[in-house]
Amino acid sequence: MTLALSDARSIVHAVHTQEASAREVTGKALRAMGTVEPRLRAFLCAFEAEALRAADLVDARVEAGERPALAGVPVAIKDNICLGPDLMKVGDGRGYGGATTAGSRILRGYRSPFTATAAQRLIDAGAIVLGKTNLDEFGMGSSTEHSAFGVTRNPWDTSRVPGGSSGGSAAAVAAGVCPISLGSDTGGSIRQPAAHCGVVGLKPTYGRVSRLGLVAYASSLDQVGPIAANVADAALCLRVIAGHDAGDATSAREPVPDYEESLRGACDGLVIGVPGQARSSANDPELTDAFEASLHVLRGLGAEVVSVDMPMLDHAIAAYYVLAPAEASSNLARYDGVRYGQRAGLSAGEGLRDLYERSRSEGFGDEVKRRIMLGTYALSGGYYDHYYATATRVRGLLRDAFGRALATCGVIATPATPGPAFPIGGKTADPLAMYLEDVYTVGVNLAGLPAVSVPMGMARRDAKPLPLGLQLIGAPFQEASLLRVAAMFERARGPLGHGPEVRAT
Amino acid sequence: MTEGGNARKEVSAEDVRHVARLARLRLSEEEVGAYRERLSAIVGYVDRLRGLDLSGADAMGEQPVGVGDLGADAPGPTLSPGTLTAMAPDSYEDFVRVPRVMDGGGGGA
Repeated sequence: MTLALSDARSIVHAVHTQEASAREVTGKALRAMGTVEPRLRAFLCAFEAEALRAADLVDARVEAGERPALAGVPVAIKDNICLGPDLMKVGDGRGYGGATTAGSRILRGYRSPFTATAAQRLIDAGAIVLGKTNLDEFGMGSSTEHSAFGVTRNPWDTSRVPGGSSGGSAAAVAAGVCPISLGSDTGGSIRQPAAHCGVVGLKPTYGRVSRLGLVAYASSLDQVGPIAANVADAALCLRVIAGHDAGDATSAREPVPDYEESLRGACDGLVIGVPGQARSSANDPELTDAFEASLHVLRGLGAEVVSVDMPMLDHAIAAYYVLAPAEASSNLARYDGVRYGQRAGLSAGEGLRDLYERSRSEGFGDEVKRRIMLGTYALSGGYYDHYYATATRVRGLLRDAFGRALATCGVIATPATPGPAFPIGGKTADPLAMYLEDVYTVGVNLAGLPAVSVPMGMARRDAKPLPLGLQLIGAPFQEASLLRVAAMFERARGPLGHGPEVRAT
Repeated sequence: MTEGGNARKEVSAEDVRHVARLARLRLSEEEVGAYRERLSAIVGYVDRLRGLDLSGADAMGEQPVGVGDLGADAPGPTLSPGTLTAMAPDSYEDFVRVPRVMDGGGGGA
């Protein structure tokens, strides 16, 4: 079988026509995982027996005449998205086992009692879960270095980070293990690793995809979305996972269009807005060139490129690093060592407060503690108005500014990141430098908008090519037109080099 | 600092200890120093919001897009006591076990 693991649609077609079985595809994906995993460490756990059993169930459904939308498609799931024990009757009825760590020591050994809606929808559509992927602890980071369970490496250059926090999900797709993975994006955690790994990452509109079963980081910003080998596969995945869920009060009742169908169409008459910040002199020079070349490609497709003035964008990082930690400090208060997760062993004479403090201090990593401290500080007496209330006003003004820009422009374009993937350890000593990785992405989360990162070109470091991402931002619930522009750009741009150095063949 | 020479705001060691206590985190003296350093840099950076003209802004930034779909205020299915106690680090019958709170147990809050 010569089926490529980098194209979900041909896998679905092959499985539907029984040209290949889901079991064959799954076996191939598991072998691919085995080949690249020792060099990447993208996965925290693998479901070998379970995946093959799940594949047999999909083959039986196809045999019975069903045509599931993701029949036999191998997928990887970020390990802050819960898979419950009774997910399906696989692996002797033990399902996928329920392990969900969110990259944190405090959840080591935790078994989720239920399954996230987005993951359940993938499984119901016939996708095969290969494993759970590594991430920055609780999604807090831009490099996957802040995982309690080790660093994931970039398939293009294993001395570099894959980006984060969904670094494992992006690396798995880039390395050709699976065509689709699930990530979550609170400040750029889908788009930035997708850009650094040369794959497509879509952060849907806030409310487009249910957050039920996503381990909460900052609830007004978190959103689940696809990372995929190409735009059409991202569209296919979004169609499956999007839509209202009674289990998430913030999930929207907006109808779910056929995103793949909407990929057809033209860019004629499209106006693309470019904020001044997109052309910052602080950007990597090769990225600047790739960004201008991308705008040229978009013009060639019939789009008009105009400048938009969005001064409020300068303050997105500052507002984000008040609001996200504030929400995190509240959300992570649940890890108290009492109801689930790790509990510190107490000495004689120690009480409940010791239990709280020691369980949390031993269970959380440094970056998580830093954000909890920062959020607690911003919400504490005397500082609330100064930080939190101010940041919510900035957030409102930023949303208004995006609204005005998107009233005249169909799409706003920026680079996804200021530069290519950086070396492992390169920014861990300076949290602010790490935060500025997200300079182009956090504003989108604050405004609740959809945005996609699509590969736009290459930088070179130490004679190795490193991918760069173009970010396209759209109006709320306009993922269809966003994906159409991304697909046309992807086609017009053409292939980028010959792929990463670590890749399953 | 990384960009633009931001004013540093000094977060004191006392602030760090106070915030850690509120956040139920226990820090060594060495950690207090490290957090003081890093938090000062970050707080200095976010302090740039202070001088902004925010007239015309309401605090609507707190409202996420497209929300307002609350469920009925009625009981629904919940996880069983057995499922919940199986998740707990320590339990007894249908209860989660914690250290003694009263009578010299070190206090709760």
